[in-house]
Amino acid sequence: MVGEARPRTLAEKVWNAHVVRSADGEPDLLYIDLHLVHEVTSPQAFDGLRLSGRTVRRPELTIATEDHNTPTDNLLTISDPVSRTQIETLRRNCDEFGVRRHSLGDSQQGVVHVMGPQLGLTQPGMTIVCGDSHTSTHGAFGALAFGIGTSEVEHVLATQTLPQPPLKTMAVNVVGDLAPGVTAKDLVLALITQVGTGGGRGHVVEYRGPAIERMSMEGRMTVSNMSIEWGAKAGMIAPDETTFAYVEGREYAPKGEAWDRAKAYWTSLRTDEGAKFDTEVTLDITHLTPFVTWGTNPGQGAPLGASVPDPADFAEDADRVAAQKALEYMALTPGTPLRDVAVDVVFLGSCTNGRLEDLRAAADVLRGRKVAESVRMLVVPGSASVRAAAEEEGLNEVFTAAGAEWRFAGCSMCLGMNPDTLKPGERSASTSNRNFEGRQGRGGRTHLVSPQVAAATAVVGRLAAPADLN
Amino acid sequence: MEKFTVHTGTAVPLRRSNVDTDQIIPAVYLKRVTRTGFEDGLFNAWRSDPAFVLNNPAYAGASVLVAGPDFGTGSSREHAVWALQNYGFKAVVAPRFGDIFRGNALKAGLLPIELDLKVVEELWAAIEADPQLSVTVDLQDRQLRAAGREWAFPIDDFSRWRLLEGLDDIGLTLRHEESITAFEQGRPEWTPVVH
Ligand code: SF4
Repeated sequence: MVGEARPRTLAEKVWNAHVVRSADGEPDLLYIDLHLVHEVTSPQAFDGLRLSGRTVRRPELTIATEDHNTPTDNLLTISDPVSRTQIETLRRNCDEFGVRRHSLGDSQQGVVHVMGPQLGLTQPGMTIVCGDSHTSTHGAFGALAFGIGTSEVEHVLATQTLPQPPLKTMAVNVVGDLAPGVTAKDLVLALITQVGTGGGRGHVVEYRGPAIERMSMEGRMTVSNMSIEWGAKAGMIAPDETTFAYVEGREYAPKGEAWDRAKAYWTSLRTDEGAKFDTEVTLDITHLTPFVTWGTNPGQGAPLGASVPDPADFAEDADRVAAQKALEYMALTPGTPLRDVAVDVVFLGSCTNGRLEDLRAAADVLRGRKVAESVRMLVVPGSASVRAAAEEEGLNEVFTAAGAEWRFAGCSMCLGMNPDTLKPGERSASTSNRNFEGRQGRGGRTHLVSPQVAAATAVVGRLAAPADLN
Repeated sequence: MEKFTVHTGTAVPLRRSNVDTDQIIPAVYLKRVTRTGFEDGLFNAWRSDPAFVLNNPAYAGASVLVAGPDFGTGSSREHAVWALQNYGFKAVVAPRFGDIFRGNALKAGLLPIELDLKVVEELWAAIEADPQLSVTVDLQDRQLRAAGREWAFPIDDFSRWRLLEGLDDIGLTLRHEESITAFEQGRPEWTPVVH
């Protein structure tokens, strides 16, 4: 163990506060404060418990939702019998093992990474896991949050702990500020293009700098959410007044004196002066403009004002081959201005950009405008409570008046597990986080964009920014 | 979990980089509630292409997959590991793996072997020249052997020991039940409890 006096990073502080057991040559055993569960990665874990006669150690630190596989056109009927079985299995498992669940139709149901923060379950300094790689979202609060596989889900259910190999830390120092009309999504897409999809591999990353400090919690969640897209184990942002203001008053937030004590502790969760990161990278956003992807991984991106790149221009062999394959799949010709790329579908939603602020930003662009004839636009709120809040503000009317579909909450076209999918050859502008081949439906082609770009693209029918509409 | 010590079999070259978990098994195949039967979803989008390497009868029965860099990036779905295992793979060789995939593979007993791209390229060439080439994956000695040559691969002591002994992770952790209970006594009062 290191001496007390050594300056520490935020990640080390949270890690150290959760070490149950540490032994030479073995991974540290970390305590898990919150375990989020959904229908897709949990059935085999609950089965494993049953087979070995184990129980859920701390059901009260565990919470489930239905999101990946649920329909978004109604709340009652899951027409695909295999999907229905999976949802029913989750319900049975939760009921058998005493785990709280927010099922379809419940006011808190929604994408697991939207649900945690909105309930106030996501708090600074916690360890949070879920059988889902975008668990990194919760790092926006200064929590150490990461995705796990089903074997690990079973491990956490049974023991409330996880063995973890040693921590490696990285700082992303963001220099400059976001220009008006440029968003957290543009920032993180530009970062991934700069560092590559493997750039953060194995590291817990801390996003720092004035632009991050000025960002809303929603924006911070968008940035942390995409940590996994450049290979990082987790993304973190030091908690501050913005964080505290977001958490305060939510259902599970501490109250009264407990709040004061919690806040005092949370305030100490910042990287000490002089603390060393294993790696540091700098991201200069001074000249950043709206950013979109042209390829089949989130690191294949470019400013909206640029053109489809020529694979021949990539220095590395591997990048050249990857770009070539990506352009073939995406049916794009080098040199085509990205603004000339026509889309068939616009998807606004997901745990990256399906929160109220995202819907507001898109609605501001769509107000008084129409979605182009050639485009189908789906608006899928991140959770039932986001949906309700948006309806209270009349955002649903803005979307439907523009010709977009106003859906129920869930993952939807982010991963194309329910009927919301692209048809082969269809092209989308999507506010989600993955543009992998077939991610949104077999043969579908995805361009990752911000909510603002998504809305403008819906109006123009080609990739566009709000500024193009004037 | 089954013990993993030494495995010998034939290999199949997958000349692709950034094979993410959506490509290993698309989401529509994740609806099953069992750990078996995922082989039909493995590399589903590519399987309908007769030229796809797994469709080449010369590689039938291969149990070692040799892939390009950044294999298994993306989603946390352990179904990707199960699909490979259900299909018959015992080990995957690649210059670099997605972290969660690598962790899942180690838990489920599919050995992830990290070797330099140069070695992977040599292996691709050797396998393509002789699809029946025998490849030995030796966890005991941390070596991959093929074509009269051998390459050392890295794996941490703890994971190696667990695989060699076929130990259940949960059982190992529960040996420290007392430490867990002791830790729980000192947790801050404000940490949320679901009601
Ligand atoms: S919205 Fe997309 S990324 Fe987020 S949890 Fe659902 S499927 Fe995963």
